[in-house]
Amino acid sequence: MTVTDDLSTTAPAASGPTATAGRTVTLKIRRFDPEVSAKPLWKSYTVPFDPSDRLLDALHYVKWNLDGSLSFRRSCAHGVCGSDAMRINGSNRLACKVLVKDLGPEISIEPIKGLPVEKDLIVDMEPFFDAFRAVKPYLIAEGHEPTRERLQSAADRERFDDTTKCIMCAACTTSCPVFWNDGEYFGPAAMVAAHRFIFDSRDAGADERLEILNEREGVWRCRTTFNCSNACPRGIQVTKAIQEVKRALIFRRF
Amino acid sequence: MPKAPAGTLYRGREGMWSWVAHRITGVLIFFFLFAHVLDTALVRVSPSSYDSVIATYKNPIVNLMEVGLVAAVVFHALNGIRITLIDFWKSGPRFQRQMLYTEIVVWLVLVVPGAFFMLKHMFETLFGSAS
Repeated sequence: MTVTDDLSTTAPAASGPTATAGRTVTLKIRRFDPEVSAKPLWKSYTVPFDPSDRLLDALHYVKWNLDGSLSFRRSCAHGVCGSDAMRINGSNRLACKVLVKDLGPEISIEPIKGLPVEKDLIVDMEPFFDAFRAVKPYLIAEGHEPTRERLQSAADRERFDDTTKCIMCAACTTSCPVFWNDGEYFGPAAMVAAHRFIFDSRDAGADERLEILNEREGVWRCRTTFNCSNACPRGIQVTKAIQEVKRALIFRRF
Repeated sequence: MPKAPAGTLYRGREGMWSWVAHRITGVLIFFFLFAHVLDTALVRVSPSSYDSVIATYKNPIVNLMEVGLVAAVVFHALNGIRITLIDFWKSGPRFQRQMLYTEIVVWLVLVVPGAFFMLKHMFETLFGSAS
């Protein structure tokens, strides 16, 4: 009961809603509008925030109250749809998964790197999806179609569990120095998608996909900078997945 | 507020910076090897001009460059082992950070005493009052 007493005496003064209502944060956003200027520029906005606010809430505050011309993608706002990947304080994050209070008094926000910027924080995702399609991210089965589900043991399912978590937000691919300099590189996300099927016991297309990733712009372009693993909002060990594909290519013939 | 038209530098972690350092040391070693192949090839042209070229190396600035070369080669070699292990060893990606810290410790252990002995002669001839 002493705990409750402490709270009742100190809470209203120290951490009540009025104590935090006055806190503000500066969002430094990299703006780009090809219809206004060919050059991007930084614009700062001062935004009030609560300790529970995510960066997406702050961006909404800017768009709804300060500057309606700000453009960014978001859909579910709960870290599932993968729409709002952006470069926050220098590294790729989902705006809906980071808290404003953790990001400091001034937050820099830029579009993800390596894809053509269309407006403000919106990039053209088509090259990213092209790479995804190129690794055949769908079940390739052989033999007769079974009359019931394709069964799989728990251990076989576990083998590729990590790479099933991908939400295709492009945070990994656009954190990769190799991808910035070489748009032809498949990029981490496409390799995650390939890994998910290569190591699926029900799938028969592993060799086909391994050949695709054995190409010049495939897994061997990976320089193991681990930027992708650090950027993934789902915590996928992306570099490890790419390494497993490399290892499969090296050791499959022995 | 300073304008940064090119965007900010990507804030990577250990993996990215070790890759950057690997690139830079690699390019430095390439330039050294380029010069080294040329000066060593000179011995087939004329041993006396080889000697005179090597004589130009005997100064404090080249001595400092040699220390830099040793530092670059040792880092590049150790990090090369780390990268190889990341690709080939099953648990490589999981321990990449620990491997980098180990590498930095080994690098310090090799390069700091190495630099001491490499620079000892230079300091003795430049500032030494002995003999």
